[in-house]
Amino acid sequence: MRTIDVAEVTAVVAELCKKANFELGEDVLAAFKKALEDELSLTGKDILQQLIENARIAREEEVPMCQDTGFAVVFLEVGQEVHFTGGDLYAAVNEGVRRGYTEGYLRKSIVGHPFRRQNTGDNTPAVIHTRIVPGDRVKITVAPKGGGSENMSALRMLKPAEGEEGVKRFVLEVVKNAGPNPCPPLVVGVGIGGTMEKAALLAKEALLRPLGEPHPDEDVARLERELLESINRLGIGPQGLGGRVTALAVHVEVFPCHIASLPVAVNLNCHASRHKEALL
Amino acid sequence: MPQLRIFTPLTDEVVESLRIGQRVLLNGVIYTGRDAAHKKMVELLDKGEDLPIPLQGQVIYYVGPSPAKPGRVIGSAGPTTSGRMDAYAPRLIALGLKGMVGKGKRSPEVVEAMKKYKAVYFAAVGGAAALLARRVKSCRVVAYPELGPEAIHELVVEDLPVIVVNDVMGRDLYEEGVKIYAGQ
Repeated sequence: MRTIDVAEVTAVVAELCKKANFELGEDVLAAFKKALEDELSLTGKDILQQLIENARIAREEEVPMCQDTGFAVVFLEVGQEVHFTGGDLYAAVNEGVRRGYTEGYLRKSIVGHPFRRQNTGDNTPAVIHTRIVPGDRVKITVAPKGGGSENMSALRMLKPAEGEEGVKRFVLEVVKNAGPNPCPPLVVGVGIGGTMEKAALLAKEALLRPLGEPHPDEDVARLERELLESINRLGIGPQGLGGRVTALAVHVEVFPCHIASLPVAVNLNCHASRHKEALL
Repeated sequence: MPQLRIFTPLTDEVVESLRIGQRVLLNGVIYTGRDAAHKKMVELLDKGEDLPIPLQGQVIYYVGPSPAKPGRVIGSAGPTTSGRMDAYAPRLIALGLKGMVGKGKRSPEVVEAMKKYKAVYFAAVGGAAALLARRVKSCRVVAYPELGPEAIHELVVEDLPVIVVNDVMGRDLYEEGVKIYAGQ
């Protein structure tokens, strides 16, 4: 049994909120540079150059890359041999979000009720996903999610007979319908299988994989390649103004499903693909 | 690619000369506004009252900036999705608003109003908020401070990089640009 004070969790979450908003991932920067070579549209190239320059400014000056600093989505992978002390774990996570968003001058974008819409003033609560895993470590991932890309995400319960072709049609439909709104070039997370909420969570988790790292299952990796190629033939391009680079990557996760079901969720992420992790 | 520098307030002559796809550097005073501020402005118009900002020849930037760090003019300040303002924009365009800066497609009603009353819609690069903030030289809240980042701010911008997406001819770069590259 390993003991961890939840105050440690608060400090780490606060740091990750800032880092995720200030620092573009090296994998994403590499994807921008490749996109700059692949893109034919001059406007598209100019946009990619602005994004590379923007990432440099944000990192150097410790300011957020985007004014929409997102909903704080926090993934906790908790080793089953860990014992938390010092208070409520989820309250500690929320305290970390409160601190990170205040100290980092990040925008507070959360309203306390879907209809009454009063800003909570500190970007809490976080959306927290917890997984219990073997061992005595705790992995914390903070993935701030912007409204523009989240709003264009979608889920559909397909008929099993629609199969892989049905999934492909749906993914393309979601990306096409989203057009410029989710800030392409996108990272497309796809969750196939499970129940409704499992598919949505798989799609979100797919966004956390390093860009360009294919799924370990060759068949799923093939589906990722085929989807990326089809998406990039849509012509949407950087910021939806036309071009060859509509998506930087497509990540697919799959899970067993019910004999009657074929759920598919598509979670779109903007070009910044923000997430940072730490291991306690 | 050559870039055109334009200055607010925008004249009809300048607005009518702009064409989709043109890269423009915007200069002068512009106003910020998101859904909440637009809703309040349209409510004032419904009551026959004056707006807190002038509209004639003006430009509204759809942005809710992040808080400014100490010593800074403004926090990060990139465009938000314009579609949420579509319900309100035609009223303001009819009253003389000449330009809007945001990201994402506009409704047919907004495109029609731009054609009828001579106004343009520009896209700024979504997510280039740290870069765009550097082009903001001054910032002050002029209305609805209770809305926080959604308050109306008066900004003075220097060479804010934007792209013409809808022009007075009724053309739309989102549609035409995508058609060029579809299937490639």
